[in-house]
Amino acid sequence: MARIMPLADAVSELVQPGVSVAMEGFTHLIPFAAGHEIARQGIADLTLIRMTPDVIYDQLIGLGLASKMIFSWGGNPGVGSLHRFRDAVENRWPRPLELEEHSHAGMANRYVAGASGLPFAILRGYRGTDLVSTTSTIATIASPFTGEIVTAVPPLNPDVGIIHAQVADRRGTVQMWGITGVQKEAVLSASRSLVTVEEVVDEIRPRPGQVILPHWAVTCVAPAPGGSWPSYSDGYSVRDNHFYEQWDAISRDRDRFTAWMEEHVLAARTCQ
Amino acid sequence: MTAGVTSGGLRDQDQHPASWTTDEMMTVTAARRLTGCMSVFVGIGLPSLAANLARHAHAPDLALIYESGTLGAKPDFVPLSIGDGILADTADVVVSVPEIFNYWLQPVRIDVGFLAAAQIDKFANINTTIIGPDYHRPAVRLPGAGGAPEIAASCREVMIIARQSPRVFVEKLDFITSVGHGDGSGSRAAMGMRGGGPTVVITDLGVLEPDPQTRELTLSALHPGADLRRALQQTGWALKVSGTLARTPAPTPAELTLLRHLEATKGGVPPDR
Repeated sequence: MARIMPLADAVSELVQPGVSVAMEGFTHLIPFAAGHEIARQGIADLTLIRMTPDVIYDQLIGLGLASKMIFSWGGNPGVGSLHRFRDAVENRWPRPLELEEHSHAGMANRYVAGASGLPFAILRGYRGTDLVSTTSTIATIASPFTGEIVTAVPPLNPDVGIIHAQVADRRGTVQMWGITGVQKEAVLSASRSLVTVEEVVDEIRPRPGQVILPHWAVTCVAPAPGGSWPSYSDGYSVRDNHFYEQWDAISRDRDRFTAWMEEHVLAARTCQ
Repeated sequence: MTAGVTSGGLRDQDQHPASWTTDEMMTVTAARRLTGCMSVFVGIGLPSLAANLARHAHAPDLALIYESGTLGAKPDFVPLSIGDGILADTADVVVSVPEIFNYWLQPVRIDVGFLAAAQIDKFANINTTIIGPDYHRPAVRLPGAGGAPEIAASCREVMIIARQSPRVFVEKLDFITSVGHGDGSGSRAAMGMRGGGPTVVITDLGVLEPDPQTRELTLSALHPGADLRRALQQTGWALKVSGTLARTPAPTPAELTLLRHLEATKGGVPPDR
């Protein structure tokens, strides 16, 4: 049975310095509250895993908490650059960031292999690209049946998988719906997991298109209403596109970024 | 076209509908090319704008597919991201990210992949990763691959939209993120790619199409007002020109009205917080 506990306690128990963390949520249901709690606790030397680093990892990178990132698309969706990510790669500020770079299809399949307990996944991907020479976790393999060459990628098995969902029941069974990305795989591929939720209810009501994670497959659940802002939780909030646009100017300047994080995240008990 | 589009959709009511920007010409041309296909895998930015214009203007049954897992999204405004709620709310079905890539994209089930590019070469290979010679210390770090390498590999055909300049249309890419026609004829087959690869590159000046034999991009049409000399100047290699160079039809007032409405409402209404 998953333990339902306050977010700060769950983060300090599950996330130690130097671990690998996958905080997933494909545009929707991004676990910002958990990311902000990691920032407040100053947990450093993290290997951050995420298909789209988004603003959540831009913030942790800018605070110097990441030593490595495994990812596939590092932009601000529909807006432009992630400036803290760019500053870390282009200028090593505030510290160097090692990159392990993939495509979306490769990352998705790496999570699937991790969740499936397999030594690698195969896909038709990467052929002819320079990712093959820059990323050591891309290889080819011949089909034992036909000899056809396909691409192989190793599993992702994060120390900690963190997601945000709409609902959990009191035993910690998790329900989410809408765009659910690779969140199921992020939890099932990880050694331990944290799910923040909009609300804890007595009984889960079945929904079309739902994903259910049974309580025995989840380590901790933490209530975090509004915890996906400026991303969103379908049924509870809409994506704050205006903030994503504002983030471009906030994050472009080192001092303005640092001041914003100090005022809105590090000094505050909630992100809003 | 819906009634809501014609009433008050213009950004600038004083603007004469017969005048347009080069970006608008590019987007309208791209939208027109999405005729007669059933499904398009849409990248964010100009591809999303053009695909939504096509669906509203002349291809109401076109299935828009976004990498967030939304199949058949029917947004009434252009989303800011590939995962805005409007896409999930209006989709025929929402699937997981592993499913969208493995079941839907990989087996060459989708007609058109629609991509943007930071750099493109004469064989329509694309760079969206870095600018500069050193991967580990780039002059500019771009977002990276996202879904593009596999979209470029596994759609029946690929459309590319990019503003034409010597910085974008380069002799040699700083990084090959997504493969177009590789080194030319036969490259894709040698790499085991099942999709057909790029069939058109639409720019703010005209239209480039791969030569049927060599696969090298050839200028096949110029937009109204664009001249050949400028198209050649804005290309970082010796651009080949079709012997039957065409002139793109100008955007119609209806296309412009619709496009401006879509741009003005991009991202939807900001939420209350």
